[in-house]
Amino acid sequence: MRTALATGEAARPIRIGLSLTRALVVLGGGGLLLMAVVVVAVGIGSTPVSIGDTAAILGHRLLGLPIAQTWPASAETIILDIRLPRVLTAMLVGGGLAMAGTVFQALLRNPLADPYVIGTAAGASFGAALGIAAPLAVPSLAIGAGSSLLGLGVVQLLAFAGGLGTVLLVYAVARSAGRVQVVTLLLTGYAVSSVLAAMVALLMFLSGRALGAIFSWLMGSLANASWPALTFAAPLLLASFVLLLARWRRINLLLLGDAQAGSLGVDVEREKLVLTLLATLATSAAVAVSGTIGFVGLVVPHLLRLVIGPDHRLLLPASMLGGAILLVVADLGARVVPGGGIPVGVVTALIGAPFFLWLLRRSRLSRIELDR
Amino acid sequence: MTVALTTPAAELRGVHFAYQRAHREPLPVLRSVDLQLRPGELVALLGANGSGKTTLLRLLSGALRPGSGVAAVLGRTVRDWPRMALARRVAVLPQHMELPEGFRVAELVEMGRAPHARRWFGSTAEDEQAVARALRDADAESLADRYPQELSGGERQRVLVAMALAQEPSLLLLDEPTLHLDLAHQVSLLHRLRRLNLQRGITVLAVLHDLNLAAAFAPRVIVLDAGRVAADGAPDEVLTTDLVSRVFGVRMEPVISSSGRRNLALEV
Repeated sequence: MRTALATGEAARPIRIGLSLTRALVVLGGGGLLLMAVVVVAVGIGSTPVSIGDTAAILGHRLLGLPIAQTWPASAETIILDIRLPRVLTAMLVGGGLAMAGTVFQALLRNPLADPYVIGTAAGASFGAALGIAAPLAVPSLAIGAGSSLLGLGVVQLLAFAGGLGTVLLVYAVARSAGRVQVVTLLLTGYAVSSVLAAMVALLMFLSGRALGAIFSWLMGSLANASWPALTFAAPLLLASFVLLLARWRRINLLLLGDAQAGSLGVDVEREKLVLTLLATLATSAAVAVSGTIGFVGLVVPHLLRLVIGPDHRLLLPASMLGGAILLVVADLGARVVPGGGIPVGVVTALIGAPFFLWLLRRSRLSRIELDR
Repeated sequence: MTVALTTPAAELRGVHFAYQRAHREPLPVLRSVDLQLRPGELVALLGANGSGKTTLLRLLSGALRPGSGVAAVLGRTVRDWPRMALARRVAVLPQHMELPEGFRVAELVEMGRAPHARRWFGSTAEDEQAVARALRDADAESLADRYPQELSGGERQRVLVAMALAQEPSLLLLDEPTLHLDLAHQVSLLHRLRRLNLQRGITVLAVLHDLNLAAAFAPRVIVLDAGRVAADGAPDEVLTTDLVSRVFGVRMEPVISSSGRRNLALEV
């Protein structure tokens, strides 16, 4: 460098920070693609509505655009009351799971972490299974089973509480002398999840009539999406999006390891707790309205990290968009399958598992390259 | 204001420290340690493995709290510093540090700016200048666009130094900065640290293992032995055959080199 300066060669400017063009391309492109798939997904279904009519209905009713009504009233009902809440739920759930997965992968410094890894899924499943099976087994409970709170049924509320409560329990158990070690957190999550999974299995074994309902909840489905459920989940998901995004710098610093993040001014233990809580809040809200949909939270952050890099300033919002797009498309696939549709969890697993294998192969290859 | 001039850059007073262990006695590491670093000093911290060198640095960086006694930085107890404010004044180059893949070196060095961050989203012109200066001072400019997996051991160490310098610290704590470096890189790293110390007035406390390198670059050495300060002073006076054999358990004889420098030669 000294010689370069001596010969009068101009020093190359040092690039730091986020390139604005890159951010615009990734987020702008992602945003447009998301809008497009939402319109398409809302238009497609057992009763077809043309893309033009779909866009016009959405524009007229949601954005208040002055468009003359040329579509049948039934189309409007199908679009607004049935398909739109489902597509919007898919969008928010997908975005929430992918964002939570991104956070857990950074927090646990483990690329195989997903939003469910420290117990959310097992806890939510147990809550939901209990909510489904108990009223059938104990008839006196069935009286309360139809009631709802904040637009949520008992099953959804128990799933939400189960997910959140399990993670709080896992965190408290893993904590020792005011510190939480990543490995301990993962192992504790695994152990607690195993216990809960066994209890879910027991409930299913004993449940008889409820077996099918529990099973389909476990697979994850957006078939029960509704405006009231969305009204419950959306604020939680949106709030955690914003609060997690605001912490991008600290998430990046945690990648340097606890000690170094600490000497760069991060209150590491507090940050781990806050990130765990926010990501779990998003995950539990998502799971409450959709069941445990797999692979979105694992695959999307991974794929995007390979493409746009690990800077969470861009990775977090991009994961949100990517997860939203993926789940809207996957749910569309699940809906249009002949014979009345399949659970969306099946579709994401069918896309996700082969991708996962490819990922494993790829990371094995890159490791070989490093050993060279 | 005269007080400010005499305020030590770092200070330990009667510091005891023991690591707490589950179901066992605490493991004592530091016993009654007193030391003071004046602003602008370059001090080498020496001692056998397990003598408490890393623990001492961690007490000054705020990662650990003394069991008893006081650890202070720039005249203020470490515990009383707000985390961010302390991080703007004290930088640490740890023995081990993960460099996450996928970030360019310039981006990693920019992470050193975190305690100074004033914008929620982007960086300021000041940040850019600080990153450029840190890369230059650490002789890592040519590495700015590389990725961590493309760095040799020596290059990696230069990047870590640049990250610490981007913090613009007034106190730099280095835990074995010469680890994994060949002789030429050890010498050039220490030259660079000496220059920073002289030109920017950064107080440097560096854990070193090579007694001759320490003596060549540090006007003052502190020797720890089983958690106590065994010696503290100018290297040529402190590093006697006697002390070396007592603290390190090896025999080293002073040899005067052709340039008149006193070196210690290992007798095996």
